[in-house]
Amino acid sequence: MKNALQTVLALLGEDYDSILQAWLETQKAEGVRRPDLFSDRESRRQLGDILRGLGEGISRSDLSEGIALDADSWTDLRATLDEVTQERVERGVSPSEMATFILAMKQPVFARLRERLAADPTRLIEEITQFSRVVDALAMHTNEHFIEARDQVIERQRAEMMELSTPVVQLWDRVLTIPLIGTLDSMRAQEVMENLLNAIVEHSAEVVIVDITGVRVVDTQVAQHLLRTAAAVRLMGAEAIISGISPKIAQTMVELGVDVGEVTTRPTIRAALAHAFRRVGFSIEKVENARG
Amino acid sequence: MADTASVYLVEHVLLVAIPDNITDTEIMSLQEELSTRIVSDGARGVVIDIAALEIVDTFVGRVLAQLSSMARLLAAETFVVGMRPAVAMTLVELGMDLHGSRTALTLSHALRALRSEGLA
Repeated sequence: MKNALQTVLALLGEDYDSILQAWLETQKAEGVRRPDLFSDRESRRQLGDILRGLGEGISRSDLSEGIALDADSWTDLRATLDEVTQERVERGVSPSEMATFILAMKQPVFARLRERLAADPTRLIEEITQFSRVVDALAMHTNEHFIEARDQVIERQRAEMMELSTPVVQLWDRVLTIPLIGTLDSMRAQEVMENLLNAIVEHSAEVVIVDITGVRVVDTQVAQHLLRTAAAVRLMGAEAIISGISPKIAQTMVELGVDVGEVTTRPTIRAALAHAFRRVGFSIEKVENARG
Repeated sequence: MADTASVYLVEHVLLVAIPDNITDTEIMSLQEELSTRIVSDGARGVVIDIAALEIVDTFVGRVLAQLSSMARLLAAETFVVGMRPAVAMTLVELGMDLHGSRTALTLSHALRALRSEGLA
């Protein structure tokens, strides 16, 4: 069976090193080589893997009916592409850079095809068209994987942020604090409550300070979340103090008709800590002649 | 039925640990036994340990609240201790915050509180 890309295939076999080199050069010229993110060796390894996979794929597939990258013959190349894309996404390469990175393969191969098939223009056009389609398909596949990979990164970062934004900190024996920052929606409120209650068990805490200094808006819903958290903390046998209530928030809460009931509130985390110390039986003393 | 949740008297405080598999009838009879014992033993405090409870429903929540109110009428302070985080969240979700009863992390925390008030 005659391969529609037999000249390309031959080139990939005989001219492998120089194609790789020329591909690198083209990437450099296009400004997508990113030497700041990838060393020369890494780049060469990535390109080498792709070229090998490409040769493998071409030799094993029948291109007369167009290119189907999801066919078995392309499995290795797909895996390589996915891997390379993953590496580049993680280091912050942009989508257009990623596409150009692949498309830069055309120029060196076209140049060599022109030389080799100078005597057979029909064949030349055929192979150029065919190869162009293959490379476009690769670029498209890369792009799709790129978006997938980026979605995963976003999802992971969201989860991390969620985790980071609800840290429970032990201030003293039996005293915990959870500084809330940003917006407190139902999902985060649930997360906050869970983390806090589990930390109470873990540290045998008797007082927990829920600090809302960093909470931008306190509306009825946020106030409800806070009060429910305080109620759950009380059920566990600990006391919740809501601190960081600014004068403005106090005004809003009264205007909204929020009744905090028996929940202890303090304007600052400092005042809350003082209250917590008294509750667990500690006192802070000023030391005369303190050094350092 | 008496072995499902035994009531012990220690220094004027009645101690009850509620087992996980307690049935509705058992908890009702426990309520009855507690009220009798508060009077007969002259208890000033009641500590209900629910650390074994993994799930609560509105019924158990209501009975716990009733136990506290009843004890208060008989001049005894009730502490609910050892509640698990998941149980606390469920109760809050159900809108039952056991207003009448006091809470403590563990039995020893409750006893310390009762002692400091001269009830144990």
